Amino acid sequence: MAEQKKGFSHDTIERNTLLLIVLILITVSIGGLVQIVPLFTIESTIEKVDGVRPYSPLELAGQNIYYREGCYNCHSQQIRPFRDEVERYGHYSLAAESMYDHPFQWGSKRTGPDLARVGGKYSNDWQVAHLVEPRAVVPESIMPGYAWMKDRPLKYSDIQDHMKTLRIVGVPYTDEQIASAKADLEAQKNPDADTAGLMKRYPKAVVANFTGNKGVTEMDALVAYLQVLGTMVDFTKYQSPKQLQQ
Amino acid sequence: MTSATLTPGAALGSQRVSENVRYYEDAVRLFVIASVFWGVVGFLAGVFIALQLAFPALNLGLEWTSFGRLRPVHTSAVIFAFGGNVLFATSLYSVQRTSRQFLFGGEGLAKFVFWNYNIFIVLAALSYVLGYTQGKEYAEPEWILDLYLTVIWVLYAIQFVGTVMTRKESHIYVANWFFMAFILTVAILHIGNNVNVPVSLTGMKSYPFVSGVQSAMVQWWYGHNAVGFFLTAGFLGIMYYFVPKRAERPVYSYRLSIVHFWTLIFLYIWAGPHHLHYTALPDWAQTLGMTFSVMLWMPSWGGMINGIMTLSGAWDKLRTDPVLRFLVTSVAFYGMSTFEGPLMSVKPVNALSHYTDWTIGHVHSGALGWVAFISFGAIYYLVPVLWKRSQLYSLRLVSYHFWTATIGIVLYITAMWVSGIMQGLMWRAYDNLGFLQYSFVETVAAMHPFYVIRALGGVLFLAGALIMVYNLWRTAKGDVRIEKPYASAPHKAAVGAA
Repeated sequence: MAEQKKGFSHDTIERNTLLLIVLILITVSIGGLVQIVPLFTIESTIEKVDGVRPYSPLELAGQNIYYREGCYNCHSQQIRPFRDEVERYGHYSLAAESMYDHPFQWGSKRTGPDLARVGGKYSNDWQVAHLVEPRAVVPESIMPGYAWMKDRPLKYSDIQDHMKTLRIVGVPYTDEQIASAKADLEAQKNPDADTAGLMKRYPKAVVANFTGNKGVTEMDALVAYLQVLGTMVDFTKYQSPKQLQQ
Repeated sequence: MTSATLTPGAALGSQRVSENVRYYEDAVRLFVIASVFWGVVGFLAGVFIALQLAFPALNLGLEWTSFGRLRPVHTSAVIFAFGGNVLFATSLYSVQRTSRQFLFGGEGLAKFVFWNYNIFIVLAALSYVLGYTQGKEYAEPEWILDLYLTVIWVLYAIQFVGTVMTRKESHIYVANWFFMAFILTVAILHIGNNVNVPVSLTGMKSYPFVSGVQSAMVQWWYGHNAVGFFLTAGFLGIMYYFVPKRAERPVYSYRLSIVHFWTLIFLYIWAGPHHLHYTALPDWAQTLGMTFSVMLWMPSWGGMINGIMTLSGAWDKLRTDPVLRFLVTSVAFYGMSTFEGPLMSVKPVNALSHYTDWTIGHVHSGALGWVAFISFGAIYYLVPVLWKRSQLYSLRLVSYHFWTATIGIVLYITAMWVSGIMQGLMWRAYDNLGFLQYSFVETVAAMHPFYVIRALGGVLFLAGALIMVYNLWRTAKGDVRIEKPYASAPHKAAVGAA
């Protein structure tokens, strides 16, 4: 400035690299801290609801295929509290319903429909036929086909490592659940198996031979995951904390 | 107000010190080549996945070629490969001139950063195609690649900040404030969004510490500021060096640059939650996100005004210099996108626009109109200088590129406006019996013509880029096209390149 004022001048910052760096770091930190930190400390951020449980081993393997194939690029898993969305997809999404998703899969684009409550909406056979060739069941669909996935054996030798890792980041898998992971995974795909233990550990898990294949395939896992989406909370018993203004 | 803060290299201009000084340019040249290469790759990938949405048979039934795996290849190729290499090239080129200092760490460090960053890009793209992803938009690389990128980024930061710290100019030029905010904040965002636990040290898979609603907030704190700092602050750095240099005018307002710099970097960080309106994210966070997004309009337009008004007294050059036209049009697109963004962050508007193609159109008016155009302008400026040619092979070809690309952008964003708003309205339409009027798939079918138009827009944009490749290739060879020169001042690209 031509007329240098006494006291502070921006000139000082422009001459001092470290000062500029420190001020930048402070300036860009405030917003993030204010918005992120309270989400971990305010208890009402995640509603207390019954029914939300960690994914069964087969569902977890399916979720990892969902991540792998980038389904989130076209499908959301987050129903907004609007009349049309609630009628089309079901009850609006609760924070609790994705509390075991590392990371979240809320998505940002609906090239295809929302999947937050797709569980139970279609039969297992429909899901398999649709994944294999979407246009065979929905002629106008623009979804890629995943025929190659139907017969590809699922790799699950390390499923316990996955569950142990998830336990480190906060998913409450019990020792029992981890110990019986492989048996549970295989049982969920076999309608003739003794599934009492599986159903006790993972209520509402859908047990079926999804693809009709002998071994467990990747598509079995993916369909098991899709069929549990949005089904864990019993909304006949759920009380919204406040009447939604919509 | 010192001259150094007004005009890049102004202190040099009078003395012509630069004529005797060869700043480090080998690595800058490599970065420019990589920018052009990745630009074409990224645009091509974009055209391909756009066609997949219009003609799903193009998914080919193979696991490696499905939209879900290729879309991250497109986004990473254009943002991090094309945009990233442009930022490296321009920042390392201009910081030497505005600091009157050679690169800290020397040519070797710059080349090390170049090779490793581009190897990272290749590995990331390969990993997506093979199915390794964190499942987070714009942050797909798995943990081991994240660590690799962190090391590269720290080295780049040391080189850039080191050069600024050892500068021989008394003041830090305004472009370098923006470049520093970009480098530092991207480091924070990248680390903050990638705190993961690997399943095994020999495998690619990892799980992030945060889940659900917190995971959503952290991701969009990252995601929106990848836009705010990678694609905005960094490219504003480019604007503050290349627009004044090309127009040969000082920056319009020193005061405005101070005000909009600090407000921009302060406000941007808060805007993330507008990606999560009406979700399970608590209302207080959504309201903060919306409020700050609307406020963000002001510093954004401060930057636009400062860039465009820099042409005061030199408007006639737009007629005769298509390179400057790229630079100035980019700033105009920046102004348009940063008006549209706050509008879309207002909750009732977002209720309509979110999850639709309107968002895709918005992103591309910024990405194609702002980021790519200012990059093209800077590249057209740099190539004759770096390859020591007196001028570009052809200014007419630059103009063809400009118009082809501009028509492409217009087709793209108008198609997405129409399809996005139409789909949003169809989703919420009721018939007179009170039932939802359209099934979801009817809205998908209605998108088809617009997806074809969008792909056509992409083809034009790609065609423009190929014209650029040809022009730059001939420029590097030292050829000059015989063509009708632009009216008044015949242009000499290297004039005033300090």
